[in-house]
Amino acid sequence: MKPAAFDYHRADNLQHACELLSSSGDDSKILAGGQTLIAMMNFRLARPKVLIDVSNIADGNQVLDEDGGIRIRATTVQRFVENSESVQQRFPLLCHAIEHVAHFQIRNKGTIGGNLVNADPASELPAMSLAFDAEFDIISVAGRRTVSASEFFVTYYTTVVAPNEVLSSIRFAEPPKNSGWGFHEVARRAGDYALAGSSAIVTLDAAGKCTRARIALFGVAATPVRATAAEDVLIGEAYSEDLLKASARSVQSILDPESDVHVTADYRRSVAEVLTVRALNDAFRRAKAVQ
Amino acid sequence: MSITVSLQVNGRNVSETLEPQTLLVDFLRNHLRLTGTHVGCDTSQCGACVVHVDGLAVKSCTLLAAQAHGTQVTTIEGLETEGRLHPVQEAFRSEHGLQCGFCTPGMIMSAVALLRRNPTPTEAQVREGLEGNICRCTGYHNIVKAILTASTHMPAQSAQASRS
Amino acid sequence: MNEPTATGIGASLRRIEDHRFITGRGKYTDDIQRHGQVHAYLLRSNLAHGEIRHIDTAQAKQAPGVLAVFTGADLRADGIGDLPVGWMTTNIDGTLMFIPPHPVLAVDRVRHVGDPIAVIIAATLSQAKDAAELIEFDISDLPAVANIDRATAAGAPLVWDGAAHNTAFHWQVGNSAAVEAAFARAHHITRIDLVNNRMVANAMEPRVAIGEFDEGRGEYLLHLSSQNPHVARILLATATLKVPEHKIRVISPDVGGGFGSKAMHYAEEVIVLWSAKKIGRPVKWTSERSEAFLSDRHGRDHKTHAELALDANGKFLALRASTIANLGAYYSTFGPAIPTFYSAPLLVGTYAIPAAYCDVRGVFTNTVPVDAYRGAGRPEAAYVIERLVDQAAHEVGLDPAEIRRRNFIPPDAFPYDNPLGAQYDSGNFGVGLEKALALADYAGFEPRRAAAKARGKLRGIGMSSYIEACGAGPSKIIMAAGAGSGMFESATIRVNPSGSVVVVTGTHSHGQGHETTFAQVVSDKLGIPIHSIEIVHGDTGRSAFGLGTVGSRSLAVGGGAIIKALDKVIAKGKRIASYILEAAESDILFENGRFVVAGTDKGISFPEIAFTAHAPAKFPSDEIEPGLEETAFFDPANFTFPAGLHICELEVDPQTGATEVLAYTVVDDFGNVINPMIVEGQVHGGTVQGIGQALLENCVYDPDTAQLLSGSFMDYCMPRADNLPNFLVDYIVTPSPHNPLGVKGCGEAGAIAAPPAVMNAMMNALRPAGVTELSMPATPLKVWQALRAAHA
Repeated sequence: MKPAAFDYHRADNLQHACELLSSSGDDSKILAGGQTLIAMMNFRLARPKVLIDVSNIADGNQVLDEDGGIRIRATTVQRFVENSESVQQRFPLLCHAIEHVAHFQIRNKGTIGGNLVNADPASELPAMSLAFDAEFDIISVAGRRTVSASEFFVTYYTTVVAPNEVLSSIRFAEPPKNSGWGFHEVARRAGDYALAGSSAIVTLDAAGKCTRARIALFGVAATPVRATAAEDVLIGEAYSEDLLKASARSVQSILDPESDVHVTADYRRSVAEVLTVRALNDAFRRAKAVQ
Repeated sequence: MSITVSLQVNGRNVSETLEPQTLLVDFLRNHLRLTGTHVGCDTSQCGACVVHVDGLAVKSCTLLAAQAHGTQVTTIEGLETEGRLHPVQEAFRSEHGLQCGFCTPGMIMSAVALLRRNPTPTEAQVREGLEGNICRCTGYHNIVKAILTASTHMPAQSAQASRS
Repeated sequence: MNEPTATGIGASLRRIEDHRFITGRGKYTDDIQRHGQVHAYLLRSNLAHGEIRHIDTAQAKQAPGVLAVFTGADLRADGIGDLPVGWMTTNIDGTLMFIPPHPVLAVDRVRHVGDPIAVIIAATLSQAKDAAELIEFDISDLPAVANIDRATAAGAPLVWDGAAHNTAFHWQVGNSAAVEAAFARAHHITRIDLVNNRMVANAMEPRVAIGEFDEGRGEYLLHLSSQNPHVARILLATATLKVPEHKIRVISPDVGGGFGSKAMHYAEEVIVLWSAKKIGRPVKWTSERSEAFLSDRHGRDHKTHAELALDANGKFLALRASTIANLGAYYSTFGPAIPTFYSAPLLVGTYAIPAAYCDVRGVFTNTVPVDAYRGAGRPEAAYVIERLVDQAAHEVGLDPAEIRRRNFIPPDAFPYDNPLGAQYDSGNFGVGLEKALALADYAGFEPRRAAAKARGKLRGIGMSSYIEACGAGPSKIIMAAGAGSGMFESATIRVNPSGSVVVVTGTHSHGQGHETTFAQVVSDKLGIPIHSIEIVHGDTGRSAFGLGTVGSRSLAVGGGAIIKALDKVIAKGKRIASYILEAAESDILFENGRFVVAGTDKGISFPEIAFTAHAPAKFPSDEIEPGLEETAFFDPANFTFPAGLHICELEVDPQTGATEVLAYTVVDDFGNVINPMIVEGQVHGGTVQGIGQALLENCVYDPDTAQLLSGSFMDYCMPRADNLPNFLVDYIVTPSPHNPLGVKGCGEAGAIAAPPAVMNAMMNALRPAGVTELSMPATPLKVWQALRAAHA
């Protein structure tokens, strides 16, 4: 239970954190909630020479209402988002997904940004960024850039955030009004890493036909994946069991699951399809209910 | 490197110079001799180390003492008020919610936080809320009973339930 | 007889010890800081099997804060002995089992991942760990044997050169000739192959040892998280540390769970004591959890082939079983006893099976040593018989409850000598079964199954009838079977002049609530209030020799010693009272806390007699010694045999393989019950560990490298509150004749009965879908694969 020694700096704000990052050299890391980083440092799997602590900056928790979306400061703890009334009303899928992240004590410290930058493909939040067409605001001493969710995740535990960059905020786009959501995952126990999971947002027109769909899966590839082929199957169609099965089947083309000590790739493929059907069922049902 | 960490622990001001890699749980147990908070694992799973930082339940094994700088920390030792046990503590005894007692401080601190957030939980909500705490002795049956019992004995909360 | 009270026998008295635990004032071993203490860190092998070519500690010794670095060679040079094995198992051919050496720190070879090779002692744990990284060592990579299959394969590499085919022993019990004859005339034979998956106890408190040496007195002091400090002491004295027994004191303060894993003798307690003397400072070692996975003794890990012969009416004629038990790389202290003496005699379960035979082959593998874990051999036996009986029921078309009814040992058959050498004391299995079936609404299950099917779920109900041997134990019987010592228990009742009572016991509670239940027994017997009784345990300096808390023995055997000592106290009290009350001793009765002259209202209270005993003016102190303190040792005539019935109801999601346990019913016969609340808590806890074994937990080694794959709480999956139901628990009572309290012990029953109950429920759910076999843990993947295979 003992991390190796390191130098420690407290950042006043994220800009300051960028400056410290720049001047500290290669082996420095941002400490946001630390729920992943400290855990790894306890095992000495991570041994940064410098830690830059942003966990107590002023207004670290911030969820801003924007036109057509919300902007969440990267240093916002997950529980803050989960408990936000605005998020509960406008982004119920996001709340529901966050509740599946570890346990509430972890979520009291773990940040939205930290989870996303960690980029565990079995984690719920990266998939949510795909489901909500998220945009990632990244800063450094050199300036700022925006990256869309579809480009943000590179592979296991790897994003486009460079060593001298800091994720500043994430904008989640609000789905259209006539939308419903669904979310299902299989884990060995609640709060464990998902063995596989699927989420869906479905928008229906007055005739009950699907005009827009987002299907995002996790635990099934090296990154979270958006199943655009499966989404296309739904466009223009009304609900039917066969429609959902056909949509879920076409999820297979983007899956690249691994076998590991817990489950096989075959299992992940099969369950991904099953969970997609269930998520779509819930999404259609909820979308109908708001019509 | 040495840093200075100043905070309040159980209402008392504390300030110490320590190495930055000192975990909050080690700070509490070894520097402050508050040994009621326990270490049961090394992967943030078991919850024996749960304390409150600024009213939020956190796992002190996955927090640097430095991250608690400027905060108010409450440990199991600080739960009593003027020698009176917290209703959750009373309920753990009345419902036999502990056997060896090792997971109990973390379990109680998590339960207090849960009830602050949701003063009238269902049994399912209590069980879900205990996801971050492992007990090897009780099978959880009496822990759940204790928390539900405590919820009927706690003073009414304001509508704006405090963060937990 | 005394009146039943709110604090006496049978009361669900709230626990006295709780106050310190709920306020964070418990004193677990890691909470203890000894003046001037330094910290030990063990460097452990990361290879499963290899020759230690060299270990270079020179750099480590120079590291900041380091006081010393020691290896196995240093311990050997100082005459430190090997860790002993405390149970001798005899082979079928009459020879003794193979006994390999077990050095405290590995010397020539490492034989499992985690095998310790060096100890670094430094001012802080951080410094010790940093220094450990500076140790250079060269260990050649030898082929490793990771599991039973690899150990028993033709041409398998050997863990020990002297153990051909990796066989430690090959033992048998029962009558194979009678069994052959019975099978020959069987109407039906059911066969089953079963795996009892390897478990890790994972008490929430990791192990801790603090060793000190007082140079002036030549005395060692060990603070240890142990279930049985006297056992640690005698093994240190006679086997490893090799110093006079009276020069060692072992104190086990509050212990945060054990489940068997803190009962055996470990390297770390030797190391802290020896090194404390070498460097002149107290030495503290605290296990980390991932370290615990590599060093705490594991449990279970059996493969069994079993067969049951039935007649045309579904009556059992004979049972035979062949088990291979994985012992790990070395013997643990009680390792050879678990799959043999403590398991095989229970294979016939609660059934009247006329003939039975079992052979057990213990094998070595390059894994952590295996020893007692909650149930210690009885869960393995219950799993075999209860899955076999359920399978038989299915094959011959009988309801699982009915096949059990037909074969239960009848209530008038006790004491019952089973064909494998166990004599069951008392029981009424049929009554327990009917009670459980009613509570679980077994009769109403099929409509529930149909409703679940409509929701797309597969619902199942399953039961297990268990019996087990508790109250370890009768010294003559277990020593004849191979134990190195007896398993009696001691108790001292010290009555203070003011009438308060201190009870000193050689058992050691680690969650079982003895400070309450023992006090209830004393309060009941002496008629004094609970708050005037103190229970002292866990200190070899304060109590006479005892065997600790293992094998559900504390009330049966420890309570027996307490009753005997109380009887002596009361007898002496009567003698003194006869002088005070001026009556014949034979006319003195003791009831409701008073010594009274029979047929009169002349009497004197217990506290008054207590004072009188210390102020001996009114009785001849040359005939009756002053003071009032008595010690007793109780050696039971036999084990006790709790039994009961578990019923589990669950639902499987066939598309994901996920299982939800929805209802769980238990009816136990623990004999007399001292504190129903505490007993029920033991049942909850044991049952959840059993559910964990059946559905979630598995200690897994890589089959090629014998690397431990499930080495932390992330990968080793224990049950949490949100995947469990509440439990419905009830009792019947058939007292045990083998101890004065008539109790049978309850601490392990849940872990024994639950795995087969859950698996029988799984099979009940999945058989209609064509699944014919399923092993533990029945994880979502395994269930999903079984369903797929059935559809193929």
